[in-house]
This record gives sequence, structure tokens and C-alpha cells, in this order.
Amino acid sequence: MSTDSDGGARSAADGRGGNGAGGSADANASSREAFRPPEHPNEHFILTSVVGSYPKPKWLNRAQDLYEDSGSDFDESNWQEATADASRLIVDEHERAGIDAVVDGEMGRNEMVEYFAHRITGYEFHGRVKVWGHNYFDKPSVTGEVEYNDPWLVEEFEFTNEVAERPVKVPITGPYTLASWSFNEYYDNEAELAYALADLVNEEITKLVDAGAQYIQIDEPALATTPDDHAIVGECLEGLTDGIPEDVRIGLHVCYGDYSRIYPEILEFPIDEFDVELANDDYAQLDVFKQPEFTKDLALGVVDAHTAEIESVEQIERNIRKGLEVVPPERLTVSPDCGLKLLPREVAYEKMAKLAEAARAVERDLDRGEIEVGAPASAD
Amino acid sequence: MTELLATTPGVYPLPDDAKTDLAHLKGHQKDDLVSGAEGSDVRNIYDRARETVLTDQRETGLDRVVEGQLRWDDMLAHPLCVHDAVDTRGIVRYYDNNNFYREPVVENELDFDGDLAGDLKVAAEIASTDSLQAVVPGPYSLADLAEDDFYGDETAFLEGIADFLVGEIEAFPDVETLFVLEPSLVVNPPEDGADERASEAISRVASATDAEVVVQTYWGALTEKVHAHLLDAEIDAVGYDFVSDHEANLYNISEYGTKGSIALGIVDGQNTLVEDPAKIDERIEWVREKSPMQAFDRIYVTPNTELFYLPVTKYREKLAALAEAVSPAEVSAT
Repeated sequence: MSTDSDGGARSAADGRGGNGAGGSADANASSREAFRPPEHPNEHFILTSVVGSYPKPKWLNRAQDLYEDSGSDFDESNWQEATADASRLIVDEHERAGIDAVVDGEMGRNEMVEYFAHRITGYEFHGRVKVWGHNYFDKPSVTGEVEYNDPWLVEEFEFTNEVAERPVKVPITGPYTLASWSFNEYYDNEAELAYALADLVNEEITKLVDAGAQYIQIDEPALATTPDDHAIVGECLEGLTDGIPEDVRIGLHVCYGDYSRIYPEILEFPIDEFDVELANDDYAQLDVFKQPEFTKDLALGVVDAHTAEIESVEQIERNIRKGLEVVPPERLTVSPDCGLKLLPREVAYEKMAKLAEAARAVERDLDRGEIEVGAPASAD
Repeated sequence: MTELLATTPGVYPLPDDAKTDLAHLKGHQKDDLVSGAEGSDVRNIYDRARETVLTDQRETGLDRVVEGQLRWDDMLAHPLCVHDAVDTRGIVRYYDNNNFYREPVVENELDFDGDLAGDLKVAAEIASTDSLQAVVPGPYSLADLAEDDFYGDETAFLEGIADFLVGEIEAFPDVETLFVLEPSLVVNPPEDGADERASEAISRVASATDAEVVVQTYWGALTEKVHAHLLDAEIDAVGYDFVSDHEANLYNISEYGTKGSIALGIVDGQNTLVEDPAKIDERIEWVREKSPMQAFDRIYVTPNTELFYLPVTKYREKLAALAEAVSPAEVSAT
């Protein structure tokens, strides 16, 4: 795929990120239309997706125990086969639920920082550290220059893309979170480490795009913990989107933070879509995104990822309409608040299915002119 | 003569086997965290883990040993989270870290509990008493981490928490030193009036023990005014975080002086990079050279923060580096 066409590629140097809408509005609109299913029943189209992680089938957890047991003869090829089976299963589950842009539920990934750190030269592991209670993660240490070796997610994407009938979204942990949730023993400061990692993420995204990826979601939950660092995140995003074609949809996922501390600064980021969890506190922070005008696409969490209670279709419809107070329907994506991996699988499925049903119902009401859109119309 | 002492602010990582066993026995959700009424199987694991961390400290040669605060699932909020007069609600972020604790909501008068003394007594039986150091959250930080649904206003809440801590400390076995951890004084500094009340609350807490009292501040430097008020408190030493902001802390010491003793947070409690003992010595000397007006009775050499952020192997290496840097224990004042 060409990355140097006349104005078709993102470039940090041309200040493209500052135009307030990520790519041009035209490129953005066309990148969304690519996700409209051929059989889509309504004239309006609200893109439905998921954030990334999904509960693993119980047998995959057992397979993982065997894989990590040095006394077992369950080897790498067995593990690859198990994760492939699980990926196929979860993609199918997303499609049956009616989700427009699917993922494989990150079946082959263990944790959002560890997975990448294991694949980057310069990282070392020294053992588990506490996050809260008895929840730990193997927080890695950066002890040398970070370097890119083999692709991280290309195989995962190629497999998912092959088995999926719907377009595939690729979630990837962002450089700021990869830096912030590591021990930095080598770089002068966390920002320098984040910028170095941004170059690596750029290399990976370039390979993913070459492999056919059209929708990349950068996960930066660490931004919520240190909102004053939004400028560092912005510079990382400039680096990691440099040279990526404009028609590749770039989303940014942030969750569980005080958004007034990063808005409107995020409008300067070179992204197409901002994905945010708001169902969690019943849209208490929705107004933050109304002034000044929200100029990105909004990917809105419309079901809570951390309660097993399944929202009704009517409730989710009301949540989707909250999004229409911020952006018009052609710029609204809906998804769960965050990854669903901590929920029982049947609950996760019901939440997705009801989310898709609710989105189609809102589209139908929009087609009939029964919904008044509060958000300003798109500039184009 | 200035006495150099190697110590830590406690709140250690659990040994890895205890991490696994406790997760298995207690569970992973917020309702599974310590309540103060753990069964004997859980208690036994904590007792063994406490022995392990006491051995770690003795073997590396620290001058003061702590019980490790391994039961503090909620970090500095622990004494409230296990109290009967307190309800715990959702999981909330622990300062600016990727760590979370249960938000304690005080719903009744904070009477005597004895949870801290219980753990310390077990440690006192194992450790020799001439080196035992107690650790408590400071009253200002504890109030800052909690919600009040009983005392009614900020002043009464802070006083209620200080009174509670006084009762807890009075039940302690004999200890040599009491570390009072006050990160909130830096992170969320008290405003005019509240700064004075915070120091008064600290004085009251300090008066509950005959031990030497060190108030450890971290994640930056105190504002000048908060620092000045803290020096009015009846304590023996202030701890300064020379990892996160050495210039501002040195400025405070140069401009306002400090207590007769001092704690230097000069080992990074949140990074796996283990400091060379010679480097630690250099940092101690740097502070002494830059503050020639101060003749310290004691210098406590310590990590800037709690140590639970580190993997177990690295926490042990940090203890060893600290102890080696400070040995031999006494050096002449320059």
C-alpha cells in the first residue's frame, strides 16, 4: 500500500493532526462507509464495534495452563492451534451478535502491556507486581534501547481477517501506556521512552496496513491516570500515525478518567475517532465533549463492561441517543465501555447482541425522522 | 556525630508464593480483600510472609525493620478499610499510580481497633525490639484517602482520624522508630489554615509514642508553607523525596531548615533499577554538602516511597543496596 501519494498519507511534518478532524472529513466519511454491511437494513449507519478483549473459552485457559507448564508436552504449535480455534469462535460470536467491525477478542494475548513487552528488545521481566487486591501483572522493565524485531500482531490480524466476514478492527496498546506501565531503567524520562516506542508502534501499524488492516485502535488507558501528559500522548500519536494512509481509520481508546483534563486537547490528536467509556457513570461526563464542538468521530461506550447486569435494548437505545447530543449519526460509533474479558462469556455475548439491536433500532428511528439530533451537523 | 540508619517506609510486596496462595484463598474481587476477620488459613500465610520479610531485612542488615504491612490490601487506607465503623465502596485510584484501593467511607465514630498493633506484636516476637520500626499512614493522608459520612466537617474528620491513630499507636509494643507516611501533604496539599491543623494532627499522633517519629513526605516536595508548618510539629525528623524532586526539597531544607534528624528518600521505590551503594553514598553526601548549616543527629536513609510497587527480587536488591551504602553505621559529621 502506498504511503506517499499526493496528500493521501498522514505525516507528522505537515501538521495534519492539527486540522481538528484527524483526516479530512471526506476521507473520514469514506473510511466509515467501508464498514457498512451490504445487507444493512437502514439508510442511517451507526458503526458498532467492540473495544478488544473478550472472555476466553474455559478450555483455552486450561490449554494456557498446559502451555505454561514446563512438564507438559503441550507445545507452541498446540498453543497456536488452540488460540486459532478460539479466535475463530469469538469472531463468529461477534458476527452472530451483529457487530459491524469485529475483533478476535485478543485470544492469543495475555495482558495489554506484557504481550507487547515480550516482543520488544530492551524489555526484561522480574516478577509480578500488585495492581489492586490480589490482582497482579508482570510489569516489565526497560533496560536497554527498545527495538522492533518480528511483527507483533500481523499474524493475528491475517488470521482474523481470513475467518471474518465482517471488517476487522485491530486494537494495539499505545506507546504512552507501554512506557507508563513499565519500569524505565534506561531512558532519561518516560516521555523519551514513549517516543521511542511510538516509532516501533508506527512500524507495526505500517505492517498491519500493508497486510490489509483498515481500522486500528490505539489503547491508551494510562492517559487517564496522568492526564497532564496529554501533550506527550499527542506527540506519540503524531509519530505512530506518520505515513499511515488517511483512509485507514485510527481510533484512540481511553477509559476511567477525568475527561475535562484532556478535553478539548484531544481534538488536536491525529486520530479519526475518540473512544471513551461513559456508560460506567451514566454519562455524567457527557457535557465535557459538547463545548467546544467535538470534531472527531465519537466511539461511545453504551454498555457497562464491569457489571454482569445486562442492559435492556431500550436502555442501550437511550445511551446511543446520548451520543447524538455530541455528534451526528454519521460520526457516531457505539461499543461497550471497555474490553469485556472480565465478564462471563454469555453475559458478554448478550451485551453485544443487544448493543447491535439497539443501534439498528436507533437508525430506524432516525430514518423515520423520529429522533431529533442535538449535535451540530457535520461541516461537510 | 551523625548516625546513619538504613530503613524503609514499609508496605512491602508479598512474597510470590504468598501472592499465589492468598489469591487462591481470598479471591480477586473487591469483596475478597482483608476485613480484619480473616480465617486462620489466611492468617497463617500472612504470618509466614511476615517472617520472610523480617528475615529479608535482618539478613541485608537494615538498621530498622518493619513488619512489612503485607495485609494492607488497600495500602495506606488499610487501617480504615478494616474498621467496623467504615464502609468500603468502589475501587478508586491510589494517587497517580496504576494501583487501586477500596474507598473507605467513615460512617461512625472511629474507636479503637487494634489491627495495626496485632501485626506489630507478632513482628516484635520475631524481631529484636531494639530495631523494630512501626509504620502508620499520617492523619492528613488517611483523611485525604477517605470519605467522611459521620464527623461532618474537614476539621472534625481530621481530628477524629488523629484520635483514632493515637489509640492505635498507644497499643503498639515498644518500637524504636515510628514512620508516619504523608504523601498527601505533597500530592494534595492543605490550604491555609488546614496546613496548620494538619501539623497539629501530626503532633498529636507523634505524642502517642516515645519512639523517634519520622514524617515521610513523597511524590514531590512540600509547598514552602506546608513545610514550614510541618517543622512546627513535635516530631523528630521529616522525610524528603530526593528521587522525584531533589532541587525543591533541598530548597525547602536550605530556606527553612529542618528537624534535628532527617530522612532522605534517595532510593527509588518505584523503579527496578537498583542503585549502586556508592551512588547512594554520593547522594547522602550531596545533601550534607548542600546543607552545611544542618548538623543532623540521625540520617535515615530510605526509599522515597513504599516498596510494594516492585517485584520481590528487586525489592530485596534495593534493601541490600541501602544496607551496604549505610554500613558502617556511623560516620563523622563533616
